[in-house]
Amino acid sequence: MTGVSVQRAQPALRREPEGAVIGGVCAGLARRFGIPPLFFRIAFLAASVGGLGIGLYALAWLLMPGEGARGRLALRLPGGRASWQVAAGMALLVGAVLLLFRQWGIWIGDALVWPVVLAAVGAALIWRQSSPAPGHRGPAAIRLPPDALGRIALGAALVVGGGLVFLYLNDALAPARDVILAMVVILVALSLILAPFWLRLGRHLAEERGERIRSQERADIAAHLHDSVLQTLALMQKRADDPRAVAGLARRQERELRAWLSGGRPPGSEATLAAALEAAAAEVEADHGVPVDVVAVGDAPLDTGAEALVAAAREALVNAAKFAGGPISVYAEATPGHLQVFVRDRGPGFDPDAVPDDRRGLRESIVGRMARHGGRATVHTGAGAGTEIELTLEAR
Amino acid sequence: MSAPTVLVVDDHQLFRAGVKAELDGLVEVVGDAGSVEDAVPAILAREPDVVLLDVQMPGGGGVEVIRQVLRSRPAQRFLALSVSDAAEDVIAIIRAGARGYVTKTISTPELADAVRRVADGDAVFSPRLAGFVLDAFAGSLPAQVDPELDQLTTREREVLRHIARGYMYKEIALRLGISAKTVEAHVSAVLRKLQLSNRHELSRWAVERRLVE
Repeated sequence: MTGVSVQRAQPALRREPEGAVIGGVCAGLARRFGIPPLFFRIAFLAASVGGLGIGLYALAWLLMPGEGARGRLALRLPGGRASWQVAAGMALLVGAVLLLFRQWGIWIGDALVWPVVLAAVGAALIWRQSSPAPGHRGPAAIRLPPDALGRIALGAALVVGGGLVFLYLNDALAPARDVILAMVVILVALSLILAPFWLRLGRHLAEERGERIRSQERADIAAHLHDSVLQTLALMQKRADDPRAVAGLARRQERELRAWLSGGRPPGSEATLAAALEAAAAEVEADHGVPVDVVAVGDAPLDTGAEALVAAAREALVNAAKFAGGPISVYAEATPGHLQVFVRDRGPGFDPDAVPDDRRGLRESIVGRMARHGGRATVHTGAGAGTEIELTLEAR
Repeated sequence: MSAPTVLVVDDHQLFRAGVKAELDGLVEVVGDAGSVEDAVPAILAREPDVVLLDVQMPGGGGVEVIRQVLRSRPAQRFLALSVSDAAEDVIAIIRAGARGYVTKTISTPELADAVRRVADGDAVFSPRLAGFVLDAFAGSLPAQVDPELDQLTTREREVLRHIARGYMYKEIALRLGISAKTVEAHVSAVLRKLQLSNRHELSRWAVERRLVE
């Protein structure tokens, strides 16, 4: 038995609309780091004295995905009238902060800041629209509802307008030598407009890939069931008049399916005593059509001694299957330094001394093999009481 | 003694029909149910001696049936019947209150015998369950344990090993030179320890199956 300690995954960094005062940034941070949100709120307030905190907060709001939201770039505002109220509030707040900075002299210049603000508002409008409601799939999602189109047009106009104002204020509109600058600005504007659509396209591709992988898995399971279970069922119908064969087929299929369900080691890679015994039991069961049940307590690596033990147990199983018939019980117990296997049938039993010398199974393959590896084999039997072979191996 | 009454709970209709046909004449099957919701009222209405209970069913499985029934009928006896080999499933249903566990491949006479033993208040351990229990009670113990509950006696261990090796109670009694009643008493004692012990492995299984908070 090995203790499995499950490590709890840390919660992802997300905004938390539930506990939100403004945007849920502090609540999200608090959840991520397991500290009360109050600390973050105080920290942000303190930082805001220099104006830095507000900028950081806005940035965090933009970059942290909302709870369950798909896009990290989208400001997900509530829909309807509230959405416009929040937008207006935001605009006023940002405007106030900018004016404050201008008053303090932390200012790059009117010619740069105002066009950028204008373009940013337009971009925000478009980016927001680019996070579609869940359920939209495939090319259909490219087509947008009319009011969304209006918003995008407004956003695009704002972005382009911002660019033009920038150019005008810098006297770059008239002179032809500034065409390159104009091109750059227009390119930036264009990429701002188109980027959300590209992003969405990428997301759809990822979704489709996931779907493909899932259907691939389904196909694999179907193929496996077809090759194994359905084939066996067909065989069983054909041999319905032979109950022994049907039971054997059912047992073999059961074993195979269990192995597959439990994450399936491929046959031939049994590295422990219990697994090797299971495999030997399965083989004997398939070869002789006799049910074999294996119960193992503890386990041990399959070294030379354990291998010999399994080989002897296998021989005992074959004997039991041949002379006693089923069912056969195998019990293995592994404690440090001590391995023990019991193979028991419910047959007629036999007299070990009466076994002819030319029958090498018990004498050579079981008793002799165990002795060579420093173990011993004991036979418990008596007429009518079944037979039990006890194999013991002490570590040297 | 009259035949014990049995109610079969399993979500596979085919299996229920099969068990009823098999047990016909050996015990008295008084009803069956195919889901957790159907099973609880049926058991409370019919009051069978033994409920043959599938471990895996939608809606909480056999464990849920036991919990709900034991609330209003604490003396009800359950025998778990499963295709599952997973130790945690088996240990979970025993800890919930089942008096035994057998696999669905059990032969008809053995199943009828198991039902009778559970009806008499004895515990029924399949070789596999005995193996799981030996495994769970193996190894070193943490410091503060109650040896009464958290450790098996040498005799109990010996009885369990014989069950795991495929011996019937009568054969075990013969081999150990004790009476069959004493063997049954040992098995019942093990069942009690299994249900009440706080051993690490058992607690872990129980927590994983949400049996305890």
